[in-house]
Amino acid sequence: MRWDIVYNNLDYLLWGSYPNGPLGGIAASIMLAVLGIFGAFWLGLGFGLMRLSKRRLLRVVSMIYVEVVRGTPLLMVIFWFYFLGPVVFDYNLPEFHSALMAFIVFTGAYVAEIVRAGVIALPKGQMEAARCSGLTRGQAMRYVILPQALRNMIPSFVNQFVSLTKDTSLAYIIGVNELTKAATQINNREVVAPAEIFLAIAVLYFLICWVLTAFSRRMERHLARYQARGR
Amino acid sequence: MGYQFNWSLVLTGEYRDWLLDGFVLTLKISGIAGICALALGTLVAVMRLSRVKPLEWLSLAFTEFFRNTPLLVQIFFWYFGSEAFLPKAVNQWLYKQDFEFAAGTIALTVYSSAFIAEELRSGIFSIPKNQLEASRATGLNFFQAYRFVILPQAFRIVIPPLISQMLNLLKNSSLVMTIGVMELTYQARQVESFTFHGFEAFTVATMLYLAVSLAVSFSITMYNKHFLHQLRY
Repeated sequence: MRWDIVYNNLDYLLWGSYPNGPLGGIAASIMLAVLGIFGAFWLGLGFGLMRLSKRRLLRVVSMIYVEVVRGTPLLMVIFWFYFLGPVVFDYNLPEFHSALMAFIVFTGAYVAEIVRAGVIALPKGQMEAARCSGLTRGQAMRYVILPQALRNMIPSFVNQFVSLTKDTSLAYIIGVNELTKAATQINNREVVAPAEIFLAIAVLYFLICWVLTAFSRRMERHLARYQARGR
Repeated sequence: MGYQFNWSLVLTGEYRDWLLDGFVLTLKISGIAGICALALGTLVAVMRLSRVKPLEWLSLAFTEFFRNTPLLVQIFFWYFGSEAFLPKAVNQWLYKQDFEFAAGTIALTVYSSAFIAEELRSGIFSIPKNQLEASRATGLNFFQAYRFVILPQAFRIVIPPLISQMLNLLKNSSLVMTIGVMELTYQARQVESFTFHGFEAFTVATMLYLAVSLAVSFSITMYNKHFLHQLRY
C-alpha cells in the first residue's frame, strides 16, 4: 500500500493548485454543490408552486419539467448542456458553468417535488384560516404556508444537497476541475496506487455527506415536535 | 442557429443499430445488477436486524459508506483499484472476461444494494413487532419467522420504493460509460463524435431512458392505487 502518494498530494485533493492556479479539488466540488443547490432552490420553488397553481397550463408545464428531468440520467442532462448548448443556442460557456447549469436544472426538478410535498403536507386548516383572515391566496402562501412548509423541508433540502455533492463528481466527465478530476490526474501521474487514491477521495466525500446526513436526521426529529397538526 | 437536423441519420442504418445495442446493454447491466443488488441488499438488511452486534455494525457501516460516496468514485475504485485487494487468480480470471462490464456491474450492485437495504429495513420496521413475536411463539425459529412471515409482508410494502430504486439503477448505469462499457450513453457520445449530430443522438437516448422510466413509474402509480390500500394493520 502506498499511502504516501495520497499524503503527498493531499493539498491538490483539497483545493487544487489554488493560490497559484485555478481552484480545484474538494473545494471546487463544494462550491459547485453550494451554487447548484442555491440555484436549484429558486428554480424548484418556482416549479413546485406552479404545480400547485390553479391554472392548468402552469401545472402541466411544471409536471412535464419534473417528469422529464426525473426520468433522465444526470449524465444525459450534463451532455445536453455541454455538447448541445453551444450548437443550438450559439453560446460558449466554460465547463464549470455548463456543469453548474445542468446541476441546477436537474436538482430543481427534485426540489420542486420536495416543495410540492411540503406544502401539501401542511394541514388544510392553515390555508383556510389564512384566507378567512382576509389574505389573498398569494399572501397566504407567502406569509403563512411557505414559512412553515419551508422550515419542515429543511431536512429534505439537506438530503438533496448531499446527493448533489455526490453528483458533482459527474462534472469530471466534461472536464471540470474538481475532486474526482484531481484524483484521476494524480492516478494518471503516479499509476501505482489507484486503490489508495480512490479510497481516499471516497473518504473525503463520505465525511462531508455523512456529517450532513447525520445533521439532517437530528433536525428531522427536532422539527417533528413543532409541526402544526390537523385535527 | 446554423444546425441542420438530420433525423434519418439516427433512425436508420448503422447509427440506429449502435444506439439500440447500447440500449440493450443498458437494460442488461441494469437487470443483472438489479437482481444481484436485491439479493445483497436483503442480506444486509437482515444482518442489520439480526440482533447480533458485530453483524449490525458491519451492515450499518456498509450502508452508510456506500450511500454517502459518489457512484463514479466507486466505479473507478472497482475498475482501477481491484488489482490491489482482490487475489491475483481472481483478477487474472476477471481480465479474461469482459472486465469493464464486470467492474461496472459490481459497482452498480454494491451501490444499489446499500439503498435497497435501507428500503427493506424500513419496510421490515413497518411490520408490527408482534408479528415476529407471534410467529416465534408458534414455534418458528428466527429464520423461519423472517422467511415465512416477515419478509413476504415487508416485500409487498416496499415494492413501490424498490421499483423506484431500480429506476435509479437504470439511470445510474449511464455512469459506466466512463470505464468504457458501451451502453446507451456511451453509444450516443459515440454517434455524436462520428457524425457531429449530437442533438439527434442525445434526443433518441433521452427518449429511450424516459420511455422506460415513465412506463415503470406509471405502473407503480397503478399498483399503489389498486393494491396498497389493502394493507392495513
